Amino acid sequence: MTVTPTNPPPPLPPWRRAQRDHFPGVPAWGLATRRASPEPFEISRLETVNKEWAYGGADGTGVRVCVLDTGVQADHPQVGGLEASYQVVVDDGGKLSVAECEPHDPAGHGTACASVIRQVAPGSSISSLRVLTDGKNGSGDALLTGLRWAIEAGFDVINMSLSTTKSDFRHTLQELADRAYFRRCLLVAAAHNMPVLSFPWTFSSVVSVASHDQADPMTYFYNPSPPAEFHARGVKVPVAWAGGKVVRSTGNSFAAPHIAGICALILSKHPWLTPFQLKTVLYLAADNTADNITQNGEPDVH
Amino acid sequence: MSTEDFDSTERKLLQSIVEVARHMFGAAAASIFLVDPETGELVFEAVSGEGEKELVGSRFPAGTGIAGWVATSGQPMVADDLQTTKFDHDAAESTGYVPATIMAAPLIRFEECVGVLEVLDRAESRSDLDDIELLGMFATQAACGLEFLLRVRQSTEPRSIDARAVLGRIGDRLPNGDGPRDVAALKLLALADELLSLS
Repeated sequence: MTVTPTNPPPPLPPWRRAQRDHFPGVPAWGLATRRASPEPFEISRLETVNKEWAYGGADGTGVRVCVLDTGVQADHPQVGGLEASYQVVVDDGGKLSVAECEPHDPAGHGTACASVIRQVAPGSSISSLRVLTDGKNGSGDALLTGLRWAIEAGFDVINMSLSTTKSDFRHTLQELADRAYFRRCLLVAAAHNMPVLSFPWTFSSVVSVASHDQADPMTYFYNPSPPAEFHARGVKVPVAWAGGKVVRSTGNSFAAPHIAGICALILSKHPWLTPFQLKTVLYLAADNTADNITQNGEPDVH
Repeated sequence: MSTEDFDSTERKLLQSIVEVARHMFGAAAASIFLVDPETGELVFEAVSGEGEKELVGSRFPAGTGIAGWVATSGQPMVADDLQTTKFDHDAAESTGYVPATIMAAPLIRFEECVGVLEVLDRAESRSDLDDIELLGMFATQAACGLEFLLRVRQSTEPRSIDARAVLGRIGDRLPNGDGPRDVAALKLLALADELLSLS
């Protein structure tokens, strides 16, 4: 009996690999491009869509972005004004609702995120919704109340550089993410910087963002091995800080608003894109899927 | 183990966490804050290196500064060039040492952030991305250690139970042995009776 030599099976593509270990204690989602290039993978191109088609000449005008965070200091030069400022408030009976408020930010984090969006999409209209108020329990309820309100309020893009680890909130957040998706309200969420299970960035309808370590605010990569679906600038990002200053900050919190800004650019040029079309355009215009693929910032020459 | 032993072990663990964190990054200082579950305030628990040791025990309002943001969001972050900036009410600054860079990661236990680990002015850095990942992993390990200690403490601490009040409540809804719940309760009562008669 002869044994027919068989070819070894082709290697599995990144998205078909066994699920990574994902528990507290293993590394999270960073892409250190100085040590390893973004992983190559097969691509089905829609030839006409590239960065130029996606947002060439656009500045975000007409697109309404909501920053769900610690509040935003509107008069910071790097923020350049807000459309409106809201916060989640509690009435005497403990019921949560959303009310207009002064545009302030005691922690500085929301201001930092807003400044990144302003840098990428200077023409967009930015609003602030303060949902992180203090370190006490129950801030997850404020997040749900705020997110529900923002989805109904008709924002085109909601930036969420935050997540909750509380599994009690998962079901409601999932419903809200679906609601947002069907209302054409794109949720852009920071992947958790730590290897813990948290939401809503892990949902498929959400655009989730981790950090790469390159300095260009417009460079971003598609990650063929999600759940963190995109890598945007998140290392030493110059962001607005208290007292009208600029500080260099690192974290996925600052990567997400880059993608939120890029989405605002795309929507200002192509206002009728649905969230899944928008995600496809993001994918096609990424630096590792576009016509001139760049790896480590260098054009890939075949 | 007595309560004093637990307190001493907890203190040693907290101190060890900040010592290791500081040495991992060749940092000027490392400190740890725990969230007061009642008020949400950050309590300065331990420091290694620069900083005022006598400030251990001081409290900082919830949700302010880098430590406050890390505690509320559960996300680690790094902030550089702080010395050129004035950041108000920040817990790190309140420790008496003003750093140029701060790296902070949350201590997450039972899906909740119970504290913040901060590293000030690190000198040995591979890259910001590697540092933030390493600190995140170390903070996870530290939180596991604290969680373990807390569990042991809770399982051995004598709980203050008013025996007469409990007996009074049992008397009010005396089990009659009908359902499976009553049977189990009666067995437990009989067991308690037997146990107490031994002494």
